[in-house]
Amino acid sequence: MALLGRVARSTEVYLVGVLLVLSVVLFLLNPKFATLENIFDVLRNNSFLGIVALGELVVLISGGIDVSFTAIATVAQYVMGVLITRYAVESVFLAFLIPIPIGIALGAFNAFLVNRTRVHPVIITISNLNVFYGLLMVISKGKWIYGFPAPFRDFARLKVLTLVSEKGVDYGLSIFTVVWFLIAVVTWLILQYLPIGRKIYALGGNSEAARRAGFDIFRIQLFVYCYIGFLSGLAGFVHAELNQMIQPNAIVGRELDVLAAAILGGASVFGGAGSPLGVVLGVLFIAFVKNGLILMKASAYWHQVIMGFIIVLAATLSAYQQNLERKRRKGV
Amino acid sequence: MKRPRGRRETQSLVLAAVVVFLLVLLGVLTRGRLLAPDSLQSIAFQLPLLGILTLAQMTPMLTGGIDLSIIATANLCGVVAAIAMTRGNVPPLGAMVFGLAMALSFGVFKGLLIAWVSVPAIIATLGFMIFIRGVSLVLTKGYVIAGFPGSFLFLGNGTLFGIPMPFVVFFLCAVFLFVLLARTRFGTCVYLLGSNPVATLFAGVNNGLVLFVTYLLSSFLAGVAGLVMIARFNAAQADYGEYYLLLTVLACVLGGVDPAGGFGRIPGVVVSVAVLQVVATGFNLLGLSSHLASALWGLILLGVIAINRMIGGVET
Repeated sequence: MALLGRVARSTEVYLVGVLLVLSVVLFLLNPKFATLENIFDVLRNNSFLGIVALGELVVLISGGIDVSFTAIATVAQYVMGVLITRYAVESVFLAFLIPIPIGIALGAFNAFLVNRTRVHPVIITISNLNVFYGLLMVISKGKWIYGFPAPFRDFARLKVLTLVSEKGVDYGLSIFTVVWFLIAVVTWLILQYLPIGRKIYALGGNSEAARRAGFDIFRIQLFVYCYIGFLSGLAGFVHAELNQMIQPNAIVGRELDVLAAAILGGASVFGGAGSPLGVVLGVLFIAFVKNGLILMKASAYWHQVIMGFIIVLAATLSAYQQNLERKRRKGV
Repeated sequence: MKRPRGRRETQSLVLAAVVVFLLVLLGVLTRGRLLAPDSLQSIAFQLPLLGILTLAQMTPMLTGGIDLSIIATANLCGVVAAIAMTRGNVPPLGAMVFGLAMALSFGVFKGLLIAWVSVPAIIATLGFMIFIRGVSLVLTKGYVIAGFPGSFLFLGNGTLFGIPMPFVVFFLCAVFLFVLLARTRFGTCVYLLGSNPVATLFAGVNNGLVLFVTYLLSSFLAGVAGLVMIARFNAAQADYGEYYLLLTVLACVLGGVDPAGGFGRIPGVVVSVAVLQVVATGFNLLGLSSHLASALWGLILLGVIAINRMIGGVET
């Protein structure tokens, strides 16, 4: 465990270093990058990605994987959109409460299937991605939802910290960024200090050992899939707020972006490793690179080449590091 | 090695029963139109694309891996061949060689990383998927490249003795892979590596080499699918057919491939591809949404898994 902690910490230290270097380079290329206005903007626009990536992290640590969360977020936000526009729900809090139980329920369905069928979760969640999204598209006929009640619109402009730019435009730290970071702290507390959190690491580290130690595996799985379901519902709300519009096909298809962010942040597809801090840094890294490319006016066609290259490079370095570690341990 | 043959065979039986049930149901619902010659003809033209891509996905899954970059590879191969034909005036055969060479060269890098640097397949191929799609985007600038010579279009739209060319290509790929997996030393190594890589290592199998060839093979088959695809559409683009990606995984699992590796045979996979295509075509004939079909694909997979669990009992 101490060793795992050390490896995880080193990933984060490494990421912070890379982020700093990247920021300096981006600043030198375009000073606009380092303005608070730009940074706050990036943080706000990536809060959706950041929140679901934390959910994916928890599932990955437990040794599972979930690719159906995009469909869960879509279903949750769509139901919310239909209800608040049809009944003109004035309370943002009430609107906020709608997607959460939907997310948790769909997550529980995933957990049930993963536990009972013993089939690899990637297969189960791919099936459910098809089922949730397919049924939503059939029922909604792909219609977009917009024209939300005024309080819902105003909430999107809520800032925790407000500054005024030289041009006299308001900018500041968005409420959604704060939600994202709060979730990161809560996730960290759960993983680090609650018994369920330690059990999640134990299950991912060695499922057979966890079973023999008498852990209730289903309860742990139920927790992790409901947790990502919960965060997907929440992120669905955030996404609807950020865009002020709900398109059923806006989120589905971004599963692998989120997976990439989690893995860049030090989560392992084999389970047992990763931390919320690492995942936040992973999301920031991807966000900064994309933002930097936009500020540098790099042609959009190059974005994917560079992102793909970075993911391959990061995965290669981390595998190489693990190989060295294994050899070193064998040598002792 | 002891294989639990009995259980695997009941699984194939379950799948076969599902196919028959679906055929009858959709046949009745469409009042026989599903089995009319022209729908069978359209199935025979559409099925091979999913089929070849599924074959490309199958070998990595047999080793316990996965290849998320097959669609990107197929598109890159198509884009390169298309550019060679339209801008370089290269004859179709040469263009096909160019495209396949491009697909294979990325396959080499992918294979090297997975086989010898032990990068987890799901991450390596995820990175390559984004990277390769990016390369296609840079090459095409997001535009569609269209208008190929007639001799090339034959690959996608022609018939040989009344059989659609794409189907002939699919059949050849399936036979090739069947022989490779069931009758050669390499094939045996793939299955054994998928069940227990430590055992094969100690048995003197070059695990790295087997994995490397596996991912080369998947890049090659994806390239072939890309050529068939652009010939069928008479156009190439960087992001055609991305919804096929998860479908190929689904088709493999439905066809009895164990995602943990080690099990799965070609006939099962071919049957499951047929099921998916028949469902899609049947829904199309009934005028139902393709989204309903995709929901149904998910439900079919979950259903087959559940039935197999009930029959198979508790797996240890």
